[in-house]
Amino acid sequence: MSAPVLSRRFLLGAAAASLVVRRTFAAAKSKLRIGLLLPYSGTYAALGNNITDAMKLAAKEHGDKLGGREIDWVAVDDESDPAKAPANVNKLIGNVDVLTGPVHSGVAMAMMQIVRQEKLLTIVTNAGAQAVTGTLCAPNVFRTSFSNWQTSYPCAEVMLKAGHRKVVLMFWNYSFGQESMAAFKEGYAKGGGTVVKEIAVPFPSTEFQANLSEIVSLKPDAVFVFFAGAGAAKFVKDYEGAGLREKIPLYGSGFLTEGVLGAQGAAAEGIKTTLHYADALDNPANKKFREAFQKATGRNADVYAVAGYDTVNLLSAALDKVQGDTSAQKELIAALESAHIDSPRGPFRFSKAHNPVQNVYLREVKAGKEVVLGVALKDAEDPAAGCAMGK
Amino acid sequence: MTLSLFALQLLNGVEYGLLLFLVASGLTLVFGILGVLNFAHGSFYMLGAYLAYWFAERTGSLLLAMLIGLPLMVLLGLFVERFAIARLYARDHLSQVLLTYGLVLLFNELQRSLFGNEVHGVATPPLLAFRIPLGDQAWPAYRVLTAFACLAVAAAMRQVILRTRFGMRVRAGASNAEMVEALGIDVRRIFSSLFAAGAALAALAGMLAAPLTTVYPGMGEDILIVSFVVVVIGGIGSIKGAFIGALLVGLSDTFGKVLLPGFSSAIVYALMAAVLVFRPRGLLGQPA
Repeated sequence: MSAPVLSRRFLLGAAAASLVVRRTFAAAKSKLRIGLLLPYSGTYAALGNNITDAMKLAAKEHGDKLGGREIDWVAVDDESDPAKAPANVNKLIGNVDVLTGPVHSGVAMAMMQIVRQEKLLTIVTNAGAQAVTGTLCAPNVFRTSFSNWQTSYPCAEVMLKAGHRKVVLMFWNYSFGQESMAAFKEGYAKGGGTVVKEIAVPFPSTEFQANLSEIVSLKPDAVFVFFAGAGAAKFVKDYEGAGLREKIPLYGSGFLTEGVLGAQGAAAEGIKTTLHYADALDNPANKKFREAFQKATGRNADVYAVAGYDTVNLLSAALDKVQGDTSAQKELIAALESAHIDSPRGPFRFSKAHNPVQNVYLREVKAGKEVVLGVALKDAEDPAAGCAMGK
Repeated sequence: MTLSLFALQLLNGVEYGLLLFLVASGLTLVFGILGVLNFAHGSFYMLGAYLAYWFAERTGSLLLAMLIGLPLMVLLGLFVERFAIARLYARDHLSQVLLTYGLVLLFNELQRSLFGNEVHGVATPPLLAFRIPLGDQAWPAYRVLTAFACLAVAAAMRQVILRTRFGMRVRAGASNAEMVEALGIDVRRIFSSLFAAGAALAALAGMLAAPLTTVYPGMGEDILIVSFVVVVIGGIGSIKGAFIGALLVGLSDTFGKVLLPGFSSAIVYALMAAVLVFRPRGLLGQPA
């Protein structure tokens, strides 16, 4: 009976020994551990995968080394579940040098509470919640995607310029929709426009028919909406179905058509949206990036992939300045703040609150394709309400 | 609210209610007669929508997609009944919930691996891609057709259950399965065909709804919850109750959205609570 015990002990000892060996080996090579807190299952899995693949593509373009260090990717599936976020973030704290992610704003809010305490260098790669670079802004937190404000505020001026003085707003009644509408109203009131009615649809309901009938009877000059994903696809089809597409122009933040143009089909024709990126942006960096992404993954790049790609490029530039030493956090943050990269979205720099200062483009769906009409707001900078950094 | 807007909202509510009925009727049939609480009912709706999308994409015709998809869903219903549900007739509802919830996860994963996570649109058949003007409003012809298709199915169901031998056996099997068995009728066969019919009804609803709602992951769970509300309001097991319940839910949801926008997501549940206060077994529920 003692033989198995002995052998088990032996095995345990051997395992422990190998662990020690591996640890010291790792320390000698000192790989850069990049944490990925992203959804790899559920509705947003495609977004998480695109961000991850774009990050790995950028790393590959730097010879799979950042600041002279090889990279260890530590991925955690956040399931887009804010309730599980604290546990998921804690899995990464202490195990990574840099934390990146998430897609979902609710997860981001939970993450912010922890990384502010832990002072871990964090780069938000999608979630657009105002608070990330607003009331909760922190020196160790950067964002490479957008703030909700940036996706909607510029559209107000676009619509006023087009002569739409009376609008109806319709949106999913959760933080993203509310922040989007608040930003739009700020811009629209400034220009003297009138909001005839705000229709808040409970999230994630997609029964729009009753409200669309109401819009017909209100006869506004135009409609501005926030919907995304499946809801956006359904809304646009219902809008057309109710005969509104030809009568009342439809505007929205770019997420109205992003990724769902195929599902919307002809119903999306003529919809104008504002966003900090468009697949069709005509600049060399975008062409190069889209080609490389297509080659590496077999899929088309999108606005989510761009944020992932830029994240690694920014990290690379900043880490080069500190020779890959992530413990020199002050210098690393300063390097990120002044980092300059050639983003597929056009000019990119960080604001004082660490949110991108970027162009917001006006796009229109023509013959089933997103066409860039021009720049809706040049160097759009989030007002960063509630953030004391740099003020 | 102008008269034409009121009329249109009435139509919107009825149309939404009729579609709900199609889903809820299968749910209430299976629960009332087989005694099985079937959480996977929403999955049949979801799979119906995905099949409609997949076959419509390849054949170019939604009608053809339905003609191919429906028999497949009947087969799936028979298969699920034979290998899963049939083992639970004698068990309590908790075991049934566990199993059918497991099926929901299984079907969701199946959908993910077969069709992916993207949102898909299904084109409205070109013949029906026009609108019927109604004052200054317009009603899409496809919605009119959906409403009439649901009405036709409701009428057909009524005929089958009240006027055919099969319907008679179903009713008999529901009230006393042992006695029917003793009379030499194969109750097991009746049950399995009934379950398959329920699956087909849900799938048909999903197929009809596909051009209206687009096809997306999680659409099954959304409809399942509302369908349960309909079934509870109408009285569990009652088809007629499900019909009334579905119309009530459709109308209150539609008018709630317009008249009480801040309260609209709760209004359906408030309706259910109100009904349960006065009729704890639902509007047409049988006392136990």
